[in-house]
Amino acid sequence: MKFPDLHATLFWVLASATALSAISVVLTQNIVRSAVWLLFSLAGTAGIFFLVGADFVAATQLIVYVGGTLVLVIFGVMLTAQGPFISMKTSAAEWAFSVVAGLVFLGVLLVTVTQGKWVGHFAAVSPAESTSAVALGESLLGIADATPPAQLIGTAAPDQPLPRTRMSYLLPFEIVSVHLLVVLIGAAYLARAKRRRGAAA
Amino acid sequence: MPSLGLLIAIVATILCLTFVAVSAIFFIWLERKVAGRIQDRLGPTRVGGRFGWLQTIADGIKLLVKEDIIPANADHFLFRLGPYIAFCGAFLAFVALPFGNGIVAVNMNVAVFYMLAVMSTEVFGVILAGYGSGSKWSLFGAMREAAQVVSYEVPMAICVIVPIIVAGSMNLVTIGQQQGGCFVNWQMFHDPFSFLAFWTYFTCAVASCKRAPFDLAEAESELVAGFHTEYSGLRWSFFFMAEYGAMFAVSGIAILLFAGGWHTGFLPFDPSVALKGELGSVTVGETNPWVIDFGWLLGNLINVIVFILKGWVLVFVMMWVRWTLPRLRIDQVMMACIKYLLPISCALLLGVSLWQLALASFEWLHYFSWALGGLCFFAVLGVAWKLFTTDQPPPDTGMGALLQQGGPLMAELAKK
Repeated sequence: MKFPDLHATLFWVLASATALSAISVVLTQNIVRSAVWLLFSLAGTAGIFFLVGADFVAATQLIVYVGGTLVLVIFGVMLTAQGPFISMKTSAAEWAFSVVAGLVFLGVLLVTVTQGKWVGHFAAVSPAESTSAVALGESLLGIADATPPAQLIGTAAPDQPLPRTRMSYLLPFEIVSVHLLVVLIGAAYLARAKRRRGAAA
Repeated sequence: MPSLGLLIAIVATILCLTFVAVSAIFFIWLERKVAGRIQDRLGPTRVGGRFGWLQTIADGIKLLVKEDIIPANADHFLFRLGPYIAFCGAFLAFVALPFGNGIVAVNMNVAVFYMLAVMSTEVFGVILAGYGSGSKWSLFGAMREAAQVVSYEVPMAICVIVPIIVAGSMNLVTIGQQQGGCFVNWQMFHDPFSFLAFWTYFTCAVASCKRAPFDLAEAESELVAGFHTEYSGLRWSFFFMAEYGAMFAVSGIAILLFAGGWHTGFLPFDPSVALKGELGSVTVGETNPWVIDFGWLLGNLINVIVFILKGWVLVFVMMWVRWTLPRLRIDQVMMACIKYLLPISCALLLGVSLWQLALASFEWLHYFSWALGGLCFFAVLGVAWKLFTTDQPPPDTGMGALLQQGGPLMAELAKK
């Protein structure tokens, strides 16, 4: 008796669920339901990441995007709190723009997919053996070869300087985080309680 | 062989699911008993003998046969979806939670991160429930919940990073293995920052489980029952299962990261390692022989029991806190998070980084854990000694007096 490939089956289940939810995001008129479909779509993507053994990316996908969708849902709730379950109307011009943008993106994806060299199937990766977070961290710091185990934790300094690539991701990472800090401060400034000048306290 | 993998996956899932469900049954009984004792009453005493063991089962049957009401104003789809998402968030966390040395459904490299990520989706169910109910009380409760959980996740995650920096791994099995032997090896006692991080983490964890004193989302004095006002029957019980599941999950993370995982703290060896191959073994199967090692099994049984008991202690502390402290106001909840817990956790993160990078080269600092661990040990001993040696005066007021003095007191009252 031949069993179907478990990983392939799971992949098809997850992928079709993700795609169906993505379509529902577009077709649903109710803004909160639409955000919920978006949640399923993003969670399905995280599931696919888990399936191929990219645990770190998958958990990040969950914590970042699901958190992001959470905010979307809250906004949706706040926007529709006036009357219950207000639905969205999309104008013809908006439809036209989105169809064009979607087709262009589809074209880019198709070109990429057809040009790449694809291995027939992916091997099942056990989560404990999948790419460790340490390796990710080391590549963030630009350490190319970590075979003398990089003592990034603790003080025991490595005997010889670790070989580093010229391209470390630390600087871009810091720049992005400073940008985010600026956004945070700006948001706090905009949202703080306004005190009118000259008004009695 | 995919069938074997599938079989193992199904067994692991069923075990996790059973654990979540059965511990919810136990915790609900325990909560009523603890609440009763703290409020000077008895709690359940009727169903299932003297201690009311079967009270939760009786409640469960009641919930099962209750009418399942969906309000006319509700968004049916979201109303039905809410409880399941909340439960999935809590349940999925157990997939990566090791109960013993390698006793884990999925031994994940980034287990801590995964658990935090998955548990953050639980709040989604709450918001959908609150919104979908079409009731203002539910909506208020859900929005409070959203604000609270999203805020408390930040200091909680930062507190989790502190022991990860000490351990150098996010794999919970590895972190657990590092804390074997005497209890001073527990990461809680590694340095002052980890010790404080444990308490900060636990506070944030209580808040993220929306337990009192942070249970604003279901403040019955102002919001009826918060987000689950409109729920009844089985759907409502899903929220309860999610809550109790999440309580054990965050306690489990705390135990594994700070308090030695499945190690007793007194045995100088890990029973699952020490007993391996000592008690004989049986080989099952012809083509793919499975060796069942009884020593390993016994050792891991001890480990699992120790881990679960430790988790229950923390869950008990949560209940104790709930029935002792009054509920905070929503502004106090947010202030406690943003003004106090967040800066504290950031300072702890900086402190532990400094300790690991600059101070760990001083040999004498390694004795710190002995000092702190010893201090805590003697403090616990002292409290226990005080508790068991002090003569408790008989309670002269309230229910306790009635129970203890019973008849004579009633007779006296009757005379007056």
